[in-house]
Amino acid sequence: MAMLEVKNLSISFGGLKAVDDFNITVEKGQLYGLIGPNGAGKTTIFNLLTGVYKPDCGRITLDGTDITGHRTAAINQAGIARTFQNIRLFKDLSVLDNVKVGLHNHYRYSTLEGIFRLPSYYRTEKAMDEKAMELLKVFDLDGEFAFKASNLPYGKQRKLEIARALATEPKLLLLDEPAAGMNPNETEELMKTIRFVRDHFDMTVLLIEHDMKLVSGICERLTVLNFGHMLAEGPTSEVLNNPQVIAAYLGE
Amino acid sequence: MKAYKNKILVQNLITYGLVIICYIVIQALMAGGHINSLLKGILVPLCIYVILAVSLNLTVGILGELSLGHAGFMCVGAFSGAFFNHAMSETIASDQLRFVIALFIGAAVAALFGILIGIPVLRLKGDYLAIVTLAFGEIIKNVINVLYVGIDGNGFHISVKDVASLGLEADGEVIIKGAQGITGTPKTATFTIGIILVLITLFIVLNMINSRTGRAIMAIRDNRIAAESVGINITKYKLMAFSVSAALAGVAGVLYAHNLATLAATPKNFGYNMSITILVFVVLGGIGNIRGSIIAAVVLTLLPEMLRGLNDYRMLIYAIVLIVMMLMTSSPKAIEYRERILASFRKKETKREA
Amino acid sequence: MSFLSYLINGISLGSVYAIIALGYTMVYGIAKMLNFAHGDIIMVGGFAVFTIVSTMGGSSAVGILVAVVICTVLGVTIEKVAYRPLRGASPLAVLITAIGVSYLLQNIALLVFGSNARQFTSVVNVPALKLAGGELSISGVTIVTILSCIVIMIALTAFINKTRIGQAMLAVSEDRGAATLMGINVNGTIAVTFAIGSALAAVAGVLLCSAYPSLTPYTGSMPGIKAFVAAVFGGIGSIPGAMIGGILLGIIENLAKAYISSQLSDAIVFSVLIIVLLVRPTGILGKKMNEKV
Repeated sequence: MAMLEVKNLSISFGGLKAVDDFNITVEKGQLYGLIGPNGAGKTTIFNLLTGVYKPDCGRITLDGTDITGHRTAAINQAGIARTFQNIRLFKDLSVLDNVKVGLHNHYRYSTLEGIFRLPSYYRTEKAMDEKAMELLKVFDLDGEFAFKASNLPYGKQRKLEIARALATEPKLLLLDEPAAGMNPNETEELMKTIRFVRDHFDMTVLLIEHDMKLVSGICERLTVLNFGHMLAEGPTSEVLNNPQVIAAYLGE
Repeated sequence: MKAYKNKILVQNLITYGLVIICYIVIQALMAGGHINSLLKGILVPLCIYVILAVSLNLTVGILGELSLGHAGFMCVGAFSGAFFNHAMSETIASDQLRFVIALFIGAAVAALFGILIGIPVLRLKGDYLAIVTLAFGEIIKNVINVLYVGIDGNGFHISVKDVASLGLEADGEVIIKGAQGITGTPKTATFTIGIILVLITLFIVLNMINSRTGRAIMAIRDNRIAAESVGINITKYKLMAFSVSAALAGVAGVLYAHNLATLAATPKNFGYNMSITILVFVVLGGIGNIRGSIIAAVVLTLLPEMLRGLNDYRMLIYAIVLIVMMLMTSSPKAIEYRERILASFRKKETKREA
Repeated sequence: MSFLSYLINGISLGSVYAIIALGYTMVYGIAKMLNFAHGDIIMVGGFAVFTIVSTMGGSSAVGILVAVVICTVLGVTIEKVAYRPLRGASPLAVLITAIGVSYLLQNIALLVFGSNARQFTSVVNVPALKLAGGELSISGVTIVTILSCIVIMIALTAFINKTRIGQAMLAVSEDRGAATLMGINVNGTIAVTFAIGSALAAVAGVLLCSAYPSLTPYTGSMPGIKAFVAAVFGGIGSIPGAMIGGILLGIIENLAKAYISSQLSDAIVFSVLIIVLLVRPTGILGKKMNEKV
């Protein structure tokens, strides 16, 4: 069964159709790319998938459950985690605490247990620390666990966002331009990390990206978006050779 | 990892230690007769201000929402606590016991108000939230000023007109007398109790910050959208911070009510000016810095008292100090200047080490 | 008939709120700060007129003129000394500084004039208007207040839409960074905004004290808060909003005093504000804010 199935998704802002009749099917374990020129509506689709916007019409199904119109927090608990195009970390919290916020719904104790420092507090906090460090290690961030998140260099901030998203134990990971602002070496490393995440965590990944090297390097399937419409859909190599896609990108 | 955990622990212990040391020093000075009656009279208010500042910091610094209605929660706590004390004066003989229960009642009622107000208004942001909380504080003060509550054999009587309209029986007693408020509450509050309440407040706030709940609240402060995207229930944690903050303000209110013979809601004690005074403590102490709130509350409460000799000029000096301190701590130019000086110091040090 | 007279008095009080709220809203829209000291400028204006007219025996016109000049200079000075260095600092720091300025003005007035209320002799010498065979009497102050409010509203709208400085104000309120890049003198524009706001506060002070002739160092703070409420009510940053907010607030306050309870009138005003904000989170004419994700 498909991990994510989106049917006839549309939304308009003040009469402008930002996304029009969007369809996508992402299979479990797939690395799927969503590409298109600036303003094509890619991030809007992420915002629709994560409940930031409510769609005008259409249906979103995650792993067989209808999540259309659910609230953002509920959608995360249903299994979608994301990163943001303009990094959104908890900037005044430590790197470790950023990931621990991600663990929030999987490691529980009540507020009172926390205030009165009952054994469950120490037990759960210890387990959280271990889990968070394990995740940070994957992204080579364990050395900086005590840093304030805003003090990390840019590339590491992007990684921390992914680590935080994974901490919520999602079924589907949405990455919004993960390579933005990275140099070729960093991008190369990022590609490895994304592949590792997919294999290691058994993850399904849907990503938005402009960097064609990354897209052609790791995505197995692509959907191309232009002015809110779907332009093409299919295996990566096929889509990238589609004359319409080339035209949209080169603006011919 | 251990060093990191210890650092937080040490920081918290310093905060508790500071309060305890102050207490011991003042007790020693008092035993030696070095403290005049003026200063003695201000000890309990100091504790009240510290509790208010620390609890407001939970809303302003940790949750990151501007509230100008903190005095309103204090007012609710004060009146519900004092009311309880009077209503139970025959049932519970011990003044101390009534006071302790009143603390819980005051906290609970203030928390309830926090939730009732928080549910609708926490959707608003920034300045809008500020004005609405200010409005709520004023409404609470206003309503209490026209409230008459009495008790007789038939139970409680409530009116918003005057004593006569309560329709009390001959043996009845009026507890809340409109603008005159509540009179004759036993003066059970002491400096020692005040300090214990300060420590309890610190215990609750500091432990809450360094827990799952606190992380969720700070995550909302730093980035609401990201917090939502990792599954944090925004409303729940905003309300949690807001109502705990209100409950602690309620505790401060009960302490206030049991430190005075007469409790009346005036613009001076429960008006927006009081909320602003507390906000000044929080901002000058450092937003989100609990220890800073304590120090600022103590220093800024003592400052006008110390300047009492200057009489008419003391509030003027207070105002100037406030402006100058804000300019020095917050203006981008001053910050840059400070950084430069610090940097040159650091350079010298490294040179010396080399 | 009594309803009509309450209503007209409400519009009059509301006009004063509206004039103060205009200052609040302009400063907020352009400098993005809550100028808590704005209410105290009203008090300074009141005392200036009081000193010139009652103490020194000057004419009303001179008194009003001097008050306007003093308040304008004061407003610009405060902006330059206390607020300008904090441009770019956290909004809370600016708010606390404004509160400090408010305390400062109140305490200077306290030192100079003492805490006893001064009797303010009305500087408005317009006869009352008698309508409906003398059953409905509208005082001269009321008429002048309402007319001033209308004139100010029209003049201000024309100023903002027709002059270069007005256009610069709009630009700065829209996007300060972009305005700077377009060569607009942002500091100058903000100073002009403070000047206009403070001049309006002086006028409001004169009108307020003429209608409620008791002057203390704290005279300005409650009307200041109410005007702030009015500005938020109408949608802060919006000039017609401040006008509508102010007048509605005055009407609600006066009708509540007359028909419900004079002690609860403030509570009723604040409750209406809360209800309006819950229905329209940015006020009656406020712009809808959308957070970009």
